Amino acid sequence: MAKKTFVVGAFSDEAVLFPAVKKVRTAGYKIQDVYTPFPVHGLDHALGMRETSLHTAGFIYGITGTTTALSCISWVFTKDWPLNIGGKPHFALPAWVPITFELTVLFAAVGMVLTFCFLCQLAPFVKKHHFHARATDDLFIMAIECTSKTNVDELQAFLKSTGAEEVNVQVAEDGWWYGRYDEDQQLITEPTATVA
Amino acid sequence: MHLKYESQLREPLVTGNKDYHQVTEDICRPIEAKPTKLWYVGFFIAVCLLMFGVYSVYREVTYGIGQWNLNKTVGWGWDITNFVWWVGIGHAGTLISAILLLFRQGWRTGVNRAAEAMTIFAVMCAGQFPIFHMGRVWMAFFVLPYPNTRGPLWTNFNSPLLWDVFAISTYFTVSLLFWYSGLIPDFATVRDRAKTKLRKLLYGVASFGWTGSTKHWQRHESLSLVLAGLSTPLVLSVHTIVSFDFATSVIPGWHTTIFPPYFVAGAVFSGFAMVQTLMLMLRKIFVLEDYITLGHIEAMNKVIVLTGSIVGCAYLTELFMGWYSQNKYEGYTFWYSRANLFSPYGWSYWGMMACNVISPQIFWSKKMRRNLFVTFFMSIIVNIGMWFERFVIIVTSLYRDYLPSSWSVYYSPSTWEMGFYAGTFGLFFTCFFLFAKYFPVIAIAEIKYVLKTTGDNYKAEVTKEETMEVDEFVHEYAH
Repeated sequence: MAKKTFVVGAFSDEAVLFPAVKKVRTAGYKIQDVYTPFPVHGLDHALGMRETSLHTAGFIYGITGTTTALSCISWVFTKDWPLNIGGKPHFALPAWVPITFELTVLFAAVGMVLTFCFLCQLAPFVKKHHFHARATDDLFIMAIECTSKTNVDELQAFLKSTGAEEVNVQVAEDGWWYGRYDEDQQLITEPTATVA
Repeated sequence: MHLKYESQLREPLVTGNKDYHQVTEDICRPIEAKPTKLWYVGFFIAVCLLMFGVYSVYREVTYGIGQWNLNKTVGWGWDITNFVWWVGIGHAGTLISAILLLFRQGWRTGVNRAAEAMTIFAVMCAGQFPIFHMGRVWMAFFVLPYPNTRGPLWTNFNSPLLWDVFAISTYFTVSLLFWYSGLIPDFATVRDRAKTKLRKLLYGVASFGWTGSTKHWQRHESLSLVLAGLSTPLVLSVHTIVSFDFATSVIPGWHTTIFPPYFVAGAVFSGFAMVQTLMLMLRKIFVLEDYITLGHIEAMNKVIVLTGSIVGCAYLTELFMGWYSQNKYEGYTFWYSRANLFSPYGWSYWGMMACNVISPQIFWSKKMRRNLFVTFFMSIIVNIGMWFERFVIIVTSLYRDYLPSSWSVYYSPSTWEMGFYAGTFGLFFTCFFLFAKYFPVIAIAEIKYVLKTTGDNYKAEVTKEETMEVDEFVHEYAH
């Protein structure tokens, strides 16, 4: 992963942030991301993100759970071990409702959380670059990606004019790496010159 | 600009003119400060109780289930009573976090984190009772269905006791996931404020590298909503299934179709009482009165009076059916064993009635709902009452079977059976003290989310706008 240059602006209120996002996008800059201390509703749409499909995944996991429970129990009780319990039918569907329901919920919940962690690259010892230490406290941090054509000074001034309280330039990796938050390691793979 | 409108008539959920940073400061303070003397005292007592519980369990495992005074007719005593009781306690957490989220009840944000933690710990306590009740606890894995080497030996999927295994383990897992996924952003807040190396390391690991990216928040919201949607029927199913342990049997007093809704209402009732006990302590010890306000306490008391009345209605229905069904065994159980004050266990039935049905009616009065002392006292009373209820259902249905020669045995628990119960209190409070010290006890991100609409300074602003003349409003806000 290569290093990139970002112009970072910190906003103190979502009411200022929203028009700023609009202005920055209209001006043609590419917003890498906005980091907020809490979910700001509508910000995803303002940034032009599409809806997440996580709930669809959850539905599929749920159906998987239902099928697993029903097929497994019916196989066990009609094929593998058809035991006569008090003369009750082997295929006792009503009695299987509770376990089927529980497995549906279990599969859906576990599957969704794992998918969520996978999509967001969340796991213990995952470390990412933080543009601002107060992004999880009280500031709304907008990171704008710079290309070789971007006039960094101009962009900084522009961001300031939209209401950003602090503006700075950071060179960072935008991905994630394995690391610890008590150590300042960053596994940037600098391209080493190879002798041709 | 207001992102969400809330009527000025509702009282603020966060008082004290907070801003975002102030919220972080207030909630992180207990984590960053040294524990108080009171914390050490409480933690020490909890650990002592836990040790006593461990010893009681050790005796039960070593010498067998005879260590508990279970007898010929009372095969389920304190152990299953406590199991049902603890599972019930666990229900308020999910109810607050899931059902109230779906109903868009803003007041849940102040109390959901601690209530969810309570759920996790209560279910941990509950699960131990059926496991140790098996007697040969090293055989506990027999309840898990898996292709094994003992021939075509499977668990009985038609048995309510196996449904329990699935219900409780699913409930525990889903509650844990719900709780932890909500904690990730707050752990990140604590991590980013951490001064010491150890704290940075631990909260860094716990926060999974959370940054607060908009896309992540969008997925996080979607995840919370679906998990809430899943937990809502789940929480109702769990106690319904627990009630099936009784309702599907043919024992007079257990064989009752009213059990599922009645058990769920009772669970919510006792769960909210426990939340009250914990919240009143938490807000006092950690100075969180601005977040857990009197309004929160009052809202929970309303739930208590509602569910208490549902439970009361169920008691009376049962009693009526005991007579109306004209089944003499049912009639005996309800009218002789239970409602008769002078029967051997009459004290438990009338204790239950007094604690669960009569005393919560005090909360019809607004003054009482908002009185902290009354609330704290009542929360204890309700939990005692709900324990009585489970005891009444189990023991008064069992102690006299169809064989009068076995009626002479009066069941009372042994020290070790009580010790086990005390031990689960130790476990619960040990976990809760650790939680209160090392975890953000209030959902920081969620409070910040509702702050703009329900904080008292914002309420004042809305009031100003609402009382403006139209011309004035247009002049001020039209761009």
